[in-house]
Formats: sequence, structure tokens, C-alpha cells
Amino acid sequence: MSRFEYAPAPESRAIVDIKSSYGLFINGQFTDATDGKPFKTISPASEEVLAEVSEAGPADVDKAVRAARKAFEKVWGPMAGRDRAKYLFRIARLIQERARELAVLESLDNGKPIRESRDVDIPLVAAHFFYYAGWADKLEYAGVGDDPQPWGVAGQVIPWNFPMLMLAWKIAPALAAGNTVVLKPAETTPLTALAFAEICQQADLPPGVVNIVTGAGRTGQALVEHPDVNKVAFTGSTAVGRAIAKSVAGTDKAVTLELGGKAANIVFEDAPIDQTIEGIVNGIFFNQGHVCCAGSRLLVQESVYDEVLARLKRRMGTLRVGDPLDKNTDIGAINSAAQLAKIRELSQVGEDEGAERWSPECELPPQGYWFPPTVFTGVSQAHRIAREEIFGPVLSVLTFRTPQEAVEKANNTPFGLSAGIWTDKGSRILWMANQLRAGVVWANTFNRFDPTSPFGGYKESGYGREGGRHGLEAYLAH
Amino acid sequence: MTTLDSGVDSLADVTSSEDRLRRFLLGLPGVDQVGAEARAATLSTRSIKTTAKAYALDLAISMIDLTTLEGQDTPGKVRALCAKAKRPDPADPTAPQVAAVCVYPDLVATAKHELKGSGINVASVATAFPSGRSSLAIKIQDTKDAVASGADEVDMVIDRGAFLSGRYGLVFDEITAIREAAGDAHLKVILETGELVTYDNVRRASWLAMLAGADFIKTSTGKVSPAATLPVTMVMLEAVRDYQEATGLHIGVKPAGGIRTSKDAIKYLVTVNETAGPDWLDPELFRFGASSLLNDLLMQRTKLATGHYPGPDYFTLD
Repeated sequence: MSRFEYAPAPESRAIVDIKSSYGLFINGQFTDATDGKPFKTISPASEEVLAEVSEAGPADVDKAVRAARKAFEKVWGPMAGRDRAKYLFRIARLIQERARELAVLESLDNGKPIRESRDVDIPLVAAHFFYYAGWADKLEYAGVGDDPQPWGVAGQVIPWNFPMLMLAWKIAPALAAGNTVVLKPAETTPLTALAFAEICQQADLPPGVVNIVTGAGRTGQALVEHPDVNKVAFTGSTAVGRAIAKSVAGTDKAVTLELGGKAANIVFEDAPIDQTIEGIVNGIFFNQGHVCCAGSRLLVQESVYDEVLARLKRRMGTLRVGDPLDKNTDIGAINSAAQLAKIRELSQVGEDEGAERWSPECELPPQGYWFPPTVFTGVSQAHRIAREEIFGPVLSVLTFRTPQEAVEKANNTPFGLSAGIWTDKGSRILWMANQLRAGVVWANTFNRFDPTSPFGGYKESGYGREGGRHGLEAYLAH
Repeated sequence: MTTLDSGVDSLADVTSSEDRLRRFLLGLPGVDQVGAEARAATLSTRSIKTTAKAYALDLAISMIDLTTLEGQDTPGKVRALCAKAKRPDPADPTAPQVAAVCVYPDLVATAKHELKGSGINVASVATAFPSGRSSLAIKIQDTKDAVASGADEVDMVIDRGAFLSGRYGLVFDEITAIREAAGDAHLKVILETGELVTYDNVRRASWLAMLAGADFIKTSTGKVSPAATLPVTMVMLEAVRDYQEATGLHIGVKPAGGIRTSKDAIKYLVTVNETAGPDWLDPELFRFGASSLLNDLLMQRTKLATGHYPGPDYFTLD
């Protein structure tokens, strides 16, 4: 036990003013839903009800799409790029001004540690708006032709793992390109999207340019199937992604899908060992492992397996699991009871199939949804925990002997979103990066994001790219 | 990466020839600069409040090597510094004593006399500090002088020129020679990381010093910029942790120079805690080479106890 016990250092909730109930944000106003029942959003760390949120039914979605269409035709579409940019810059600055508040709200509603929402999520949200604001008056230089045009109305459905960051990934390029938006946040994490609606009001964004419809699968379905939506963008599970691809097949809607992953994080014997351990930890325990590009399959060269495992376990012993609002928390709460059940189930499968399970000693809070950082050893390619996305703080460790074998194992998955390579040898990094069928390949780092860098997957991890110039392309007809 | 779990015997083997030593040092796992700096930056976001802060402030005070290393040092200045070492806060006898007073060899006797019976060590720099550009004979004599005058601890510098030109055997032999000349005195080996520049070099020099018999590895003389930095200290803490795993021996770490605020000191203690582990949260194994840091720690300590900041005039400027 440490003699240096860190006293609780909670970030204050006082900065956030959560209303008891929220309507839908349509045409610049918060309005009541006409055909859905309100639902509750809770804090996964305490199961405390944070607010009641309206469920948008098909009629509400229709209203939102009409508002978006009207704004597209009358205001946003015809507006000069440099004027759209002004709004986006304004939004970016407002996000920075309200950064602390948004970070606290994100951690409350999602369960992620405040250190991450404060240092990663919200700064990246602002960075995305700044980045795409700069593109708004330069679209003819985006490499998609001389006169690129927006699609029109974008219907966007985002997940609960990075609620506000995913919103930024979707809304910033859409607006910069001249589209208007109807966005549905995840049902467990609607609050930062609703705060963003307030920011749109604060920024005097013309009504209808951004519409936020809250709800679950039914709402999302109504949105992506709406006949007047021109462009569908979805981030979430591969199963829902498939359903969306089916429903838009045969229509003229443009689609981008950002789906699941089972990334290989590949450690060679000449890796910078201490930073590699940090990269493994960051790869799988960042955001409780609720990351589509998480490094959930650790591939270690056999010659250094024992040393890597010993160091990893020692490092995992220093991870602090608990109150997401405590500034010293490394791992927060699992986002929902349903997700916790799924993580538990797949972990049980891992044990049943003969893999060895290990977690450091850590006391989990009695209330809320928690899962300790976990590592499975003795895992083979045939195990379900090596193939299926767990989407939790669970790492499967496999070994390899040669670079060729590492590539084969890394690519032997229906997914292909990301991969990591750890070695001091530059030529090997380049060779590996060319062999790996993954949209993002990190070398001697992991889970690094930047608005200028495109992100997206191969195979069942989806299609289309977000971020950078490529992300803009997805919102331009060409 | 070199497997480090082979124990003391095989480590004795790596120092049996210059060639083996060289292969061992060059075979140590590399340090990725970006990753190391990112890790240190994350560690510095730890928020240390209330009881944890009180613990950290007192611990930091007890780890200070209160230092004066100036051409203008006089017996009077050293006496004043010793008085401060014994009772850092004249207004509050509960403030802990510092670990040691660090001076040039010619002032060791003065410090020794002043600190008699206090339990506070006298540390002396030696070996042609700070540049180390003298013959080995002079460095040995410098060390012997310091020890003969009563130094409990000797802070030596390595030959950075020899290290950077790859003459690891020469650096090793010098350290072992000084180790012998220092006798029972605690030996701190100053790497001068600001001149070694890369983290790979810091890791190699750390191992080299430990293999040659250092009791402590120390970042800097304080005369070269940059002096101590958090990532450099973290890399050294990783080295002592790995050395302990390989040999069972605990080697101390001393960042020196440039640490002036309580906030900085606490970041270092967090890094000690989460890198080398709680064993190193002890003045026997971790020191701060500093002078102005002490007053800031005392000021924060008083703030924590009384709820308000006293002015700087309430703390002595010795």
C-alpha cells in the first residue's frame, strides 16, 4: 500500500446547470416532443437521474428534417463560405469558453474520467470546429472538383463513448461544407448535445441549421430512413451499421459508417519498453475501453512476453478506478448497465474458453456500473475474446514470433479500424504499416487524434473517412 | 530489449570488460522521447489536495539537500544555511528538518561543526565539480579532502566528454575509483543530463553509475541548463526500479536544479510514487537538490495549516 494516499480531488459540479427536463432542439428552439415518451438519463457512476429527455418520434424527426431542409435552401446553402466560417469559429470559441462546464457534464453523463473529458474530449471538440471553420471558404481546394456542393440535409447518429467529440466529428465538417444537420445523440448520453444546442443559440446560428433529436433506436431509424435526408452518417456498432446500410440501399443517400474494431497492438522485442507499456494501457483502458479503435488485442513477440506482461501488470496496479469527477481517476464508470452486462458476459466466455483472467486488486464503488481493468492471457485467435469487440477495459494477449506472423494475426479479423506498432526500427514500422489492413496505424503511440488526420476503417469497421480533408469530402457531392 | 531479471551475478559479468559493458548499455531498451514526455505530463496532472498535500509538503522538506555552491560562499553563509536546515521555519518547530546541507569541499568542516548532533548530513560536491575536467588523481584527492573534513555524502560528476564519445569503461573506472576514495560516505553520481541530452543516454548513464557503485544517481550540477526535468527524473526512476528488480538493491535518485515551487516538488513525488514506487518516498532514496524550494514549501505548509498565505518576509532568506 502506498503511504502517499491521494486525497479525493473532485471537480465541482456547481459549474453545470442541468435542467430537470429537456425538449427537442428543432428550428433553433427547444420544443416538446409530439409522439414520444420522455426518458431518463443517468450518471453511470452513481445511477442518479440527471435529467428527463424527450424521445423524438417519426413526426418529430420529420419536423426536424423539414426545418433543416428549409434552412439549407433559404439560409445556409446560399450563404458564402466565409460567413459560414464565422459561425463555426464562434461556436469553437464558445466551446472553449465553456470547456470546464462541458467536461463536467460529459463526465457526469458518460462516466468517463474528468482528466480525459477535460484534457482530450473537449479540447478536440473545439479543435475540430476551428479546423473545419478554416475549410468553409476553401472548398474548391478540397480536391473534389472546382465547384463542390453540399449534399443538403445530413442525418447523423452518434454513439455514447465520446458524445460531444463524435458530435463535433459529424457536425463541424457538415456545416463547413454547407449542409444542414439533424443529429441524434445516444440515448444514454444526450446532455452535451443539448448543451451544444444552447451553444448554437448563443452563437446566433440561423434556426434549422442544427437540429438535435434525442431518443433511442426508433428515433435513429426514423432519421436515417427519412426520405428527405440526403446524407447519412453513423458511428456505432457493426450490427446497427449493417441495418442502416440495408435501409439506405437503393436510395440516393450518401452514407458513411464508422463501426466496430478489434485492433491489434503489436509489440516487438526492440520496443521502447516503458512507453510501450503506457501505450498498451492507453490503448485499452483509455475511456474504459469504450473506444472503437481500442487496442484490444495485444500481440507480443514471444521473446519478450514475460517481461511485457510483468511490467503491464505492475502498471495496471497503479490505475485508479473510481469517481469520474475526481481529477486523479484513470478509469471511470462503464456507460450503462447493458454495456456492463455485455462486458461481463464476454469476460465469462473468455474464462470458459480457457483463457486466464487477471485484474489488479481494486475496490469498486458500490453504486453504479464498474468493471476492473482486466487482462486475459493464454488467448488464441480462436477465442471469442480475440475476435469480438468487447468495448470495455478488457485486453486479450496473444503472441507472435516473426513480423510476418504478426501481420497475419493482426489482419485475421473481420474488422480493420486501427492498429499499433511498437519498435525502435523505422523500416519495420513502414513495412508493417503497408501490410496492415487497418484505417489508422499508430507507430509508438496509440489513440492519438487530431482534426487534420483522417480516421476510418477497412472491412466491417465501416466506410468513409472522418477528419482532415477526407472528412470534408464525405459532406460534398462530387 | 535486454532482459533484466538475470540477477546480480550476471550484472557483475557485464562489467568484466569494456566491451561487455558497452554491449550491455547499448542493449538497454530505448526510450521514446514523445512517449516519455507524454507520460510525465500526465503524471503532472495529478491533483494533490488536503491530507495528501500536507504529507507531500513535509516529505519534500525532509528530502531537501539544502545547497549553496557559489564562488562567493563564506563560512558565515554556510553557518546561516545550517541554522535554517535545522529549523526551517522559525515560527513552527513542527516543520521537519532537511536531509542534508550541500557545499563545496572547503566548507565541509564548517557545516559539519554547525550540524553536529542534528542528524542532518553534510554533502560535499567533489571531483572538480561542476565540469569534472581534471585528472583522476585530482578528483580522488578532492574526494578524500571532502571526506577527511567530515562529509557524509559525496556528490561527484561523471566525465560527460568520455561518456558522449563512448568511452564507457573510462567513466566506469572513474566512478569506482571515487567510490573507493569516498570510503563510507554515501556516493551520489551526477550525470549532468542537460549535457547528455537524450533519454537513451540518461538511461545508459544511470545504469553505468549504478553498476559502478553509486548509492544515488543525480540529474544535474545546477550549473547547466536544462537542469532537472520531470521526464529525465522519471527515466532515472525507471532505471532504479529496474535495477532493484534485477539486484534487490535500492539506489536513490536526486533531481537537482530548477525545482523552485511546491507544485513542482509534488509532481516529482507523484512521479516517484507511480514510477519507482512508495519505497522511494523516503529521504534515504529520494532527494531534492534545491535552495529556494524550501521557502515555498514552508509557505504552502503554513497556508495549509492556517488557511492564509503569510508574506515572503516571514521566511528567512538564508
